[in-house]
Amino acid sequence: MAVVITLADTSEFDPWRQNARAALQRNIPPEHIVWRLQGKDADLFSRAETTSFEGEIRREIRLKASSLPVLKDVLCHSSPERFALAYRLLWRLQDDPALLSIPTDPDVGQARRMVQQVRRAAHKMTAFVRFREQDPTEGGRRRFLSWFEPDHHVLEKVSSFFAKRFADMDWLILTPRGSISWDGSTLNCSFTPCEKQALEDDVERLWQTYYASTFNPARVRTKAMRNEMPRRYWKNLPEAALIPQLVAEAEKRVAEMAAREALPPPKFHQAVQDRQRARVLREQTPGGLAELADDIRACRACPLHCHATQAVVGEGAETAKVMIVGEQPGDQEDLAGRPFVGPAGQLLMGCFQEAGIARESLYLTNAVKHFRFTTSGRRRIHQTPGIEHIAACQPWLKQEIALVKPRLIVSLGATALRAVSGPSDRLRDIRGTLRHRKDKGWSHLCLAHPSWILRLGSTEQAEQERQAMIAGLRQIQSVL
Amino acid sequence: MKKSLSERLAILSDAAKYDASCASSGSTRRDSAKTGGLGSTTGNGICHAYTPDGRCISLLKILLTNFCVYDCAYCINRSSSNVERARFTPDEVIWLTLEFYRRNCIEGLFLSSGIIQSSDHTMEQLVQVARDLRLKHGFRGYIHLKTIPDASPKLLEEAGLYADRLSINVEMPTETGLKDYAPEKDAGGIRRAMGDMRLKIDAAKEKTHTGRRAARFSPGGQSTQMIIGADAATDRDVLASSSGLYGSYGLRRVYYSAFSPIPDASAILPVRSPPLQREHRLYQADWLFRFYGFEFGELTATRPGGMLDLEIDPKLAWALDNRAQFPVDLNRSSKEMLLRVPGLGVKTVQALLMARRHRAIRLEDLARLNVSIKKVRPFVKAVGWSPARLTDRQDLRTLFLPAPQQMSLL
Repeated sequence: MAVVITLADTSEFDPWRQNARAALQRNIPPEHIVWRLQGKDADLFSRAETTSFEGEIRREIRLKASSLPVLKDVLCHSSPERFALAYRLLWRLQDDPALLSIPTDPDVGQARRMVQQVRRAAHKMTAFVRFREQDPTEGGRRRFLSWFEPDHHVLEKVSSFFAKRFADMDWLILTPRGSISWDGSTLNCSFTPCEKQALEDDVERLWQTYYASTFNPARVRTKAMRNEMPRRYWKNLPEAALIPQLVAEAEKRVAEMAAREALPPPKFHQAVQDRQRARVLREQTPGGLAELADDIRACRACPLHCHATQAVVGEGAETAKVMIVGEQPGDQEDLAGRPFVGPAGQLLMGCFQEAGIARESLYLTNAVKHFRFTTSGRRRIHQTPGIEHIAACQPWLKQEIALVKPRLIVSLGATALRAVSGPSDRLRDIRGTLRHRKDKGWSHLCLAHPSWILRLGSTEQAEQERQAMIAGLRQIQSVL
Repeated sequence: MKKSLSERLAILSDAAKYDASCASSGSTRRDSAKTGGLGSTTGNGICHAYTPDGRCISLLKILLTNFCVYDCAYCINRSSSNVERARFTPDEVIWLTLEFYRRNCIEGLFLSSGIIQSSDHTMEQLVQVARDLRLKHGFRGYIHLKTIPDASPKLLEEAGLYADRLSINVEMPTETGLKDYAPEKDAGGIRRAMGDMRLKIDAAKEKTHTGRRAARFSPGGQSTQMIIGADAATDRDVLASSSGLYGSYGLRRVYYSAFSPIPDASAILPVRSPPLQREHRLYQADWLFRFYGFEFGELTATRPGGMLDLEIDPKLAWALDNRAQFPVDLNRSSKEMLLRVPGLGVKTVQALLMARRHRAIRLEDLARLNVSIKKVRPFVKAVGWSPARLTDRQDLRTLFLPAPQQMSLL
């Protein structure tokens, strides 16, 4: 014999919970319960009698905390099937606690669809409620009213959204399924159906003006609009009244735009252009390193400039006695526009400090001025510059050397070595030795690149190499 | 005679509508429950209305003024255009924002401006609106500010303090395109500004060594926009540019805006309807990059002329060109491979991964997850289903095309 349970047509969880609990404790299977909506016609096919839950408690109920929100959301759906489905899930969850993570199950599939529809309805309510202003309260607080017709029983779900957003004004949202209101201190939710109230608000006209002018008649895609803003919501949206006219006139407006003859530019255009040109002429660059820097920034000698942010030019005094040449700017250097500011640069600065050398006494630059990289997802992966990139940047390095006239050049790593002393030397043969280059007028010290030490990680070898680097850098002091 | 507020609203929103970005997502969550003020951000944006062009209205998108000293060919507000000019005072913008917000019409403000006098002067005005909204009116909704590339660092820092998102438009996919169409704009300057913003955004996320939080800076990150179809750039150029932008500057979004005819257009521009389908395919490619683990290069590698297929979506086009990787076993394949199956979305893949821990997946199960069986069939294997020779059929592509329509005789 079937049990009949009649519930009110709201999203209230407790009435269902009490009944479902009592039924489950008495081991009544889902097919033996008929769930009815209050005030609706009786189910014609079952002549069931209302039974109160007596009899002994035979079973303990277990439910994972993560399953509860799903049941609650199912019960917000407007379908009369919701009570039965929620009970069926509860029943099956007793033997199969992981049931809800099997979306291919028909019951779970239906529950997921209903939950999705409920969440969408709640979201659309937060989007499409429109407040109209009423006269303020006696205390001077501004008061707003709205009439809305939600798809499902979502009032309780969305009430906190409105309370947290519109805290400094009184508001009331009326719907056929009940109402919610806020007066600055308490949030009230009622399930008594409400009637529509008419109200005027002048700001709405400005809003319509905005809506009409932000629409682009050259790209009419009404289907995309209707997918996201279904017609059933239109009657309560003040701006939706404009849609038919906007769509009807769109084609004509575009045709008019195309047919219009080009007019001569307005008067102020020429004045503005002249002023801009005068400004460009005034901004002249001085000579020396600053001018060289401008030339480097404008360099298009190899394709590296296409994807790099900027050319990273050398940094330091024109009178520096020591020039440090690195490989190329890395990710951080490329963004900041300064050499040796990334992780490898920081390691190098640490070594300088331990060797007792101030950054200010050096001229820091790179063999290649633009960052060469490939992208992998959202990361940039460093790539060693090729011979062609070193060659393209060679003239810039030569000019920097000519202007700074250093007594010593320290090259870091193989790329810098190649740029400074050509392809004949091998890094491992001459690392750490100070060589005087009579032909060039400066000495050359060749060291490993700090990024290589970084790649060794926190091994013993890394520390050895770091010490070797510091020992190498100490040799600089003889020049300073 | 001075124009009324309504007239100026019409002019200045019309002037701002060619900016596609309207997102109000990605910022920190906050609300007015404790302060008793106005406004909140939920993390996910809300679209409050849709216009018949299919675009959403989430923010009040307006210009402070449409006077501009630049003469960028694609822009309705360029100095040589005869469009009607107007300007708002900062207070008018603030009033409009707050009143629309109170009526639940918008999530916040997206403010941009034509360049007047100097970059710093323009930026100062934009920052003033954001500052007053936050400090004078306690507004906690969303603010998106357009940044002017060479404005002073101090103004930029203040903008980042009050705004949820900052953006600079790269405008054209290639540097040469920018030079041709926006001679006064400097691609290098735009990139430097974006690099600088990235460093500031990253720095604001880290705590100092004393554990103190760094000053807020644009918690919703930065975005940019490219105009599609005005110059000769191919989809490969566009996507290569996107790849660099996402990788280099950690952008939240790159927007693609099909060039649409503007009133009083410059003579060097094409007069034709906007390439909406192309724009749509680019967005799909962008989605595949951001959520499906595709690299931009893969999508255009095999495409003739570097253009995406307009008839079928880029994921399907990729699958048809890389059939050696299919069929994919629904019960055994990795998440990465499942995401590459045409017809399976991110949520479906998550559901499949969850379900297959408990039960073996059959082809019919996909129908319950709202997947089009017809579309996935050639690319998957499941219990009781193997596509056999279907995957390698020569005419596979034609099965996915919309049915041909007879042209009318007259």
